Amino acid sequence: MTGEPAPGGHEVGAARRRKEDARLVTGRTQWTDNIQLPGMLHVAFLRSPMAHARVTRVDVSAALRRPGIVAAFSGADLAAEQGSLPCAWPVNDGMVIPEHPPMAVDMVRYVGEAVACVVSTDRYKAIDALEAIEVDYDPLPAVLDMTEALKEDGPKVHEAGNQAYVWKFAEGDIDAAFREAPVVIERTYVQQRLIPTAMEPRSVVAQTDGESFTLHSATQIPHILRIMLAQVTGIPEHKLRVIAPDVGGGFGSKLQVTAEEVLLLLLTRRLGKPVKWTESRSEGNLTVHHGRDQLQRLSLAADAEGHVKGLRVDLLADMGAYLMLVTPGIPILGAFMYNGIYKMDAYDFTCTGVFTTKMPTDAYRGAGRPEATFAIERLMDELAHELSLDPIEVRRRNWIAHEEFPYTTIANLTYDSGNYEAATDRALSLFGYDKLRAEQSDRRDRGDPVQLGIGVSTFTEMCGLAPSRVLGSLSYGAGGWEHASVRMLPTGKVEVVTGSSPHGQGHETAWSQIVADALGVPFDDISVVHGDTAVSHKGMDTYGSRSLVVGGIAVLQACDKVQEKARHIAAHLLEASPDDIEFTGGSFTVRGTGAGKTIQEIALATFAAHDLPDGVEASLDSDATYDPDNFSFPHGTHLCAIEVDTETGATRIRSYVAVDDVGKVVNPLIVEGQVHGGLAQGIAQALFEEAVYDPEGNLLTTTMADYLVPSAADLPDFVTDRTETAATSNRLGVKGVGEAGTIASTPAVVNAVVDALRPYGVHDVRMPCTPERVWRAIQETTS
Amino acid sequence: MIPASFDYVRPASLAEAVQVLTQGGEEAKVLSGGQSLLPLLRLRLAYPSLLVDVGRLGELHGIRDEGGHLHIGATTTHDEVVRSPLVNAECPLLALATATVADPAVRHRGTLGGSLAHADPAGDLPAVAVALDMEFVIYSTSGERVVAARDFFLDYLETALGPGEILTGIRVPKLGPGWGYHYEKFHRTAQAWATVGVAAAVRVSGANGGTRRIEEARVALTNMGPTPIRATAVESAIQGTDLPDPHGPPGTDPVREAAARADENTSPPSDLHAAPDYRRHLAQVLTHRALLTAATTP
Ligand SMILES: Cc1cc2nc3c(=O)[nH]c(=O)nc-3n(C[C@H](O)[C@H](O)[C@H](O)COP(=O)(O)OP(=O)(O)OC[C@H]3O[C@@H](n4cnc5c(N)ncnc54)[C@H](O)[C@@H]3O)c2cc1C
Repeated sequence: MTGEPAPGGHEVGAARRRKEDARLVTGRTQWTDNIQLPGMLHVAFLRSPMAHARVTRVDVSAALRRPGIVAAFSGADLAAEQGSLPCAWPVNDGMVIPEHPPMAVDMVRYVGEAVACVVSTDRYKAIDALEAIEVDYDPLPAVLDMTEALKEDGPKVHEAGNQAYVWKFAEGDIDAAFREAPVVIERTYVQQRLIPTAMEPRSVVAQTDGESFTLHSATQIPHILRIMLAQVTGIPEHKLRVIAPDVGGGFGSKLQVTAEEVLLLLLTRRLGKPVKWTESRSEGNLTVHHGRDQLQRLSLAADAEGHVKGLRVDLLADMGAYLMLVTPGIPILGAFMYNGIYKMDAYDFTCTGVFTTKMPTDAYRGAGRPEATFAIERLMDELAHELSLDPIEVRRRNWIAHEEFPYTTIANLTYDSGNYEAATDRALSLFGYDKLRAEQSDRRDRGDPVQLGIGVSTFTEMCGLAPSRVLGSLSYGAGGWEHASVRMLPTGKVEVVTGSSPHGQGHETAWSQIVADALGVPFDDISVVHGDTAVSHKGMDTYGSRSLVVGGIAVLQACDKVQEKARHIAAHLLEASPDDIEFTGGSFTVRGTGAGKTIQEIALATFAAHDLPDGVEASLDSDATYDPDNFSFPHGTHLCAIEVDTETGATRIRSYVAVDDVGKVVNPLIVEGQVHGGLAQGIAQALFEEAVYDPEGNLLTTTMADYLVPSAADLPDFVTDRTETAATSNRLGVKGVGEAGTIASTPAVVNAVVDALRPYGVHDVRMPCTPERVWRAIQETTS
Repeated sequence: MIPASFDYVRPASLAEAVQVLTQGGEEAKVLSGGQSLLPLLRLRLAYPSLLVDVGRLGELHGIRDEGGHLHIGATTTHDEVVRSPLVNAECPLLALATATVADPAVRHRGTLGGSLAHADPAGDLPAVAVALDMEFVIYSTSGERVVAARDFFLDYLETALGPGEILTGIRVPKLGPGWGYHYEKFHRTAQAWATVGVAAAVRVSGANGGTRRIEEARVALTNMGPTPIRATAVESAIQGTDLPDPHGPPGTDPVREAAARADENTSPPSDLHAAPDYRRHLAQVLTHRALLTAATTP
């Protein structure tokens, strides 16, 4: 049982329980690590304990003599065939894109980089044998700090230097905006490095019959992966099948072409046997690509009434040691979002990508947009404080009014729709803003050791990646369309093949709801197939809150084609003109008569093919590829009340209200789930999580005792609500919800922490706002 | 996250257990609930060649009243301690502190004996053992011996247990009527270990309404050094002081003054969660809170 349709018989909008959940939560499905193949071997990687070193010798011979070991290889052994891991987003012509061998050959550039591997009949034996591999390193200085890294004569991560690129964007007369401004706010914020923590670790199984190859991987991107792996390994694309079985979370971390995926293909090619590798949690913390890690130098110019005039953003973005699939592009995605929901006259953006001897960074939930939103939402609070205005009032003075849409922003994006007033009003009333402000001033007056802070974030983001022509203009290596097939089976059931690749989002449910309405078939008669390039031959996969906004429309377009074909066949069978056929509730009827046929009857008649109109093929199948014209722009107002214990520095979120406008809602339960998870991840950045390297470049946060992922017990009960301003850029009016909670919540929480501490003269606390940092901030200003 | 290979035995009796343990020598380790030992093995921070599983030995399990003290078998789980009517009636401090250990899954497997034998400075229960002057009953092929808590914890992860010795039970003295208790734990997430913890037991005299006086206090600190530390300076400073009247005029607060001595003779560690100076500050604040809460509970 998966819930009931919405009133009026519509599926779109119904709070259907997710049809995939029973198998996902009971484990009655195939995760990659569950796959057992006859003769399968297990791979373990020896990883560099050095952040930066020349590898002068790797000797695997002793490992080969260990029990159960079938093979062992160094990077040199594989050098001729391993190629270089791809970077699909060279943001500038002439930028530095270093060679990135899947297994280090003569240099290591971060702790955790693979230097050798063993292959065994037994996973335990493989890991034991790693101890027998001898490696000599000639250590080089670690490069950890971006500002230091950019100095002329410091140690270099790559021969071409530590600067990967400089990317600029400018619009309006920025000098004029600052010259005349009575108020200028200058701040530097640190976006700490984060480690994506998916519940399912990365896992890869590769096999070959000697000619064709199959790769199972816990990936978000089976389609992109197939193309990229074909290029890296030389296996022809049509001989390579990639399967993403059910995948347990990604958050961007599985939007990657990993060293392990390449190496397992090479190993199965060499050994002729299936091979498997599954990371441990600690191995994952070291080597799953990391997120964020930017230094944001910001200045904002405003007039005396708090109207923003101009914004300067000068970013340093830590690439880590290499450029992975979209590493350089992540901060650039944010470039278009620093202005947020506000109007301004001028904007100037510079991003410098910097190499360091750390794990490469890449997409992590929000990818560039959380950083941008954090910056502008923190600055708006600083502006309010500077002018002694209420932070909500400052925002009101600057945001795009609902009657001004469509609105082309200073970053040259056209926001199609939005209603910031409505979302904010709703949030304020749910939150009890005035009452909490009264309590805050009471606590301040009393000198209560527990202070109350109130934080707001009125955010927007760009979703639905992406119009292919825009990606082209940003030098991205592919398009942004999505593909779907819809086929009616002889018995009237429906199979949907989607190029989106779910890893926890609930596509099977949402797609079924869309198809149920479009074809008039029952929700339970629809199944959704995904993730296998042999079955879903075309797709751009799932990331950037794109699935519904792009993939969902492709599904709808495929349904249109099925319906159109069925209408022709129905007209023929009913001896009427197609123009006289009406389609409602799954039935084709001749206008003005009672005569009709259900779509299921048409499906059977098409299968039998006894009496089809001339020139009509015997199939009710269709394919559709949809390329969006524009991004979509979900927005919302989030409010956070936080208690700060000024004696210990501890924080406790008292209440959190999230009013999101994600446009039309296909399934409110799924939206709610995405918002809750997103909030948890955004709050985690604000208060809990940080990847920490020591001065030698060793990662210190390799376990969950050190890298603190909050659990439900650490989070408040969220109050969520929605306003619904339909997107005008797509037929469903949907905007995407995958990243909203993460993007909005981080600044709301930090704004609240800082708000609590204003009486102490504290105007910033570096993330994560740990008790110790909060306590020190108070000590520094009060002693 | 895969341990190196090891042998495993599950002896049928305590006598057999000490025998195989002795034969195993330095390389043999006792396995109880596995909640600390298995992570060490999986991270390859320990390489024992033999695990002697005492988890199912009935002789080591259960809680009984022995008059002046409770005897708690070493393999009694955290969850059993938290739910025990005897513990809650006679030594509520142990129940309070144990309830803050990890999460329900860990509390159903982890044991009191394992926690104390492991002697992690961030573990919550060693400080309680020191505060309450518990006694440790230890068995080996040469018989039984009893060690006082203050002599049991020697250094970081190091106790008085020698090779071949098994902790069979813990004697928890009953403090009698008039005592109040609190365990104040400061940690960053609900499942995290203590950054600092304070175990306090306070005996208060004086009737409701009148002046209330702290006659005696026992205070011990978690994670303020390689072993749990008895905050003796606090204990003597607070003895015989009157509790401040919460509704009276502000003035000097003897409890706060006493608590300010909590970090004396400590050597707090430095890690990702806290630097030593912050830990010292926390010890003072948390001790104040623990004393006040304990004083209001009898
Ligand atoms: C996720 C997680 C969070 C945790 N959080 C906390 C926390 O917040 N606070 C806290 O205090 N603890 C915490 N713990 C640890 C937990 O309390 C463990 O249960 C406890 O430390 C060990 O008990 P055990 O029975 O599991 O011992 P084991 O892991 O089996 O053994 C631990 C050590 O003690 C020795 N040993 C065990 N029994 C005996 C015996 N009878 N005689 C001699 N030696 C023995 C073993 O040889 C080993 O060296 C946490 C553990 C986990 C996994």
